[in-house]
Amino acid sequence: MKAIPSPETNMEQPTTTSTSHSHSGSPTIGEPMTLRTDTAIEMQNLSAWYSKNQVLHAIDLDIAAKQVCAFIGPSGCGKSTLLRWLNRMNDTIPGARATGKIALHGVSLLDTALDVVDLRRRVGMVFQKPNPFPKSIFDNVAFGPRLHRIYSRTDLEELVEQSLRASALWDEVKDRLTSSALGLSGGQQQRLCIARAIAVGPELLLMDEPCSALDPRSTASIEELIRELRATYTIVIVTHNMQQASRVSDSTAFFYEGKLVETGPTDVLFTTPKERRTEDYVTGRFG
Amino acid sequence: MKTGRTIPQAKRILSNRLMWAACLGATTIAVLVLSALLITIAIEGTGALTWSFLTSFASRKPAQAGIIAPLMGSIWVCAICAIVAIPVGIGTAIYLEEYARRSRIKSLIQLNISNLSGVPSIVYGILALVAFVRFFGIRTADDAWTFGNAESIFYLQIPFGPSVIAGGLTLALVVLPIMIISSQEALRSVPQSLRQAALALGSTQWQVVWHVTLPAALPTIMTGAILSMSRAIGEAAPLLVIGGFLLVFQTPANLMSDFTVLPLQIYNWAGRPQSDFHKIAAAAIIVQLVVLLAFNTIAIIIRQKLQRPLQS
Repeated sequence: MKAIPSPETNMEQPTTTSTSHSHSGSPTIGEPMTLRTDTAIEMQNLSAWYSKNQVLHAIDLDIAAKQVCAFIGPSGCGKSTLLRWLNRMNDTIPGARATGKIALHGVSLLDTALDVVDLRRRVGMVFQKPNPFPKSIFDNVAFGPRLHRIYSRTDLEELVEQSLRASALWDEVKDRLTSSALGLSGGQQQRLCIARAIAVGPELLLMDEPCSALDPRSTASIEELIRELRATYTIVIVTHNMQQASRVSDSTAFFYEGKLVETGPTDVLFTTPKERRTEDYVTGRFG
Repeated sequence: MKTGRTIPQAKRILSNRLMWAACLGATTIAVLVLSALLITIAIEGTGALTWSFLTSFASRKPAQAGIIAPLMGSIWVCAICAIVAIPVGIGTAIYLEEYARRSRIKSLIQLNISNLSGVPSIVYGILALVAFVRFFGIRTADDAWTFGNAESIFYLQIPFGPSVIAGGLTLALVVLPIMIISSQEALRSVPQSLRQAALALGSTQWQVVWHVTLPAALPTIMTGAILSMSRAIGEAAPLLVIGGFLLVFQTPANLMSDFTVLPLQIYNWAGRPQSDFHKIAAAAIIVQLVVLLAFNTIAIIIRQKLQRPLQS
C-alpha cells in the first residue's frame, strides 16, 4: 500500500511555515507566488473503458493547483468518467478500467498498489444529487473525520464548525446541529455535502454537476462558495451549464465523444476558441 | 396525430368501482377467516386459561394439565434460533450484497438460498437429525464429547441429542433462508448514493456497511427478523423429526435439556378425543399467540429505537 504524500512534504518549500489546515487565499510573505500555478493533476494518454466500450481516448490534461477547472461537454462525452477516475470511484463499477497516467501531486493514481481509501480521504467529492446521510447535521460533517482519526469532543465540534463556516452553512444550521440533515432544503443539503467533504481536509475537490438538482438561488450560493473555496482547494467541476463554467472556473476543458477537444483559460476558451466544435458548443449551437 | 377512440366515461367509472369492490372483498374474506379462527379459540380457550395452567406440567387429567414445559421450551428454542439465525442471516446478506462481486458462484449461491426458502421444514428436520442430534454418527450419545458440568448452564455435549440446542439450531436452519433474503432486500433498498458518499470520504468497505448501509437497512431487517421468528415459533414438524418430546416434566435448565414446544403440545392435545383436551389446546394456542406478540413487540421496539435518528 502506498500513501500519497501531502503537498507540503512533496514540494520544495524551504521558507514556508504554514500547516495543512491553515491554507490562506493570498500567499504569505516568503511563500513563492508560483505555488498558485503549480500543477496538481497531470494526465497523460489516459484512456478508459466500461467493459469493451471505450469512453475516454488518450486524454492529456494538466490541472493547476488552487484553481477551478471546469469540464464541459455534451452528455456521454466522458467528463464524469474522467472525474471519477481522479478518486478511483470507478473501482466500484464492474468492468471499468483505465490505461495511461494520472498523477496527483506526483503520485500515480492508476497504480494497483495505491491505497484508494487514503486517496479518497485526500480527494473530496460532491455528487450530482445532494446525498446527505440520514443522520444529524453534525454527524454528517463529522462522518469523514471520524473514519480516519479519533478526536476529542471539543476538537470535533470545532472542526464541524469550521467546515460548516467554510461551506457558508453555519449561520443557517448552528442552532439545529442535532436535527436530521434530511430536513434541510436541497441547496442546504448540497452545501452540507461540501462541508462534509471539506471536513476530511482534502487537497482536491471533485464536483459532479453539483447544481443540476438545485433551484437558481441555491445554485448562486453554491457558485459563490466555489469561488471562495478556490483559495484553499484545487477544484474540478463537471457542469452542463456553460454560464456556470464561465462564472466559476479559471480554466475549462471541453470534451466531445471521449476526446479532449480543447483546454485553456476559461475566458479565452469562451471568447476565442481555437476549435470549431468548441465554439459551436459554447455558443449553444449543439449539445 | 391519431386520436384513437374515446373510452366511454361510464365504462371507466364502472371498472374502477368493480376493482375497488373486488379488492375490498378479498380483504374482507381474509379478515373474516382470521377473526372466526380467533373468536372460536377465544371462546373455547379462555375458560381453561388460568394461572395454574401456565405454571403446571402436563397431566393425563385435562383439569390439572399445564403448559410450563412447552412454554419455556418454546422460549429457549426460539431464543437460540434468534441468536444464531439473525446474525448469520444478516452476515450472509452483507457478504452477498456488499462484498461479493458478480460471479457465477454468487448466482449459484443466490439461487440455492431462494430454493431453500421453499423447502418443506420437515426436510430440515431430517438434516438436523443427522447433523445435530447424531453428529453424522461420528460419536454416539454414550461416548459424547462433554464440555462443562451437567449442573452448569453452559453444559454441552456433542452430539447434541434431542436437546434444546439441537431444536434451536434446527429452527435456525428453517428460518435462515427467509432471514437472508429479507436482509438482502433491505440492504438493496439503501440508495447507492449513500454508499458512494461514504466511499468518497475514504471509508473502507466495512465502514460503509457499519456506518451507512446497515443503519439505514436495519429497520427493514428487523421486519424480516420478526417474520422469521414468527415462522420459527410456529414450527412443529422439524422438531418432531429430531425427537422433540411430547411429554416433558421439567423446564429446560441448560442447552442439553430435553424440551417440547407449544406447537407440539397443541398438536398432542388437539389430537385427543376428549373435548376437555381441546379446551386446553385452545388455551395453549392463546398463550402461543401472546408469546408471538411479545417477540414481535420487542422487535418493533428495537426498530423504533433504531429508526428515530433516521427520520427527518
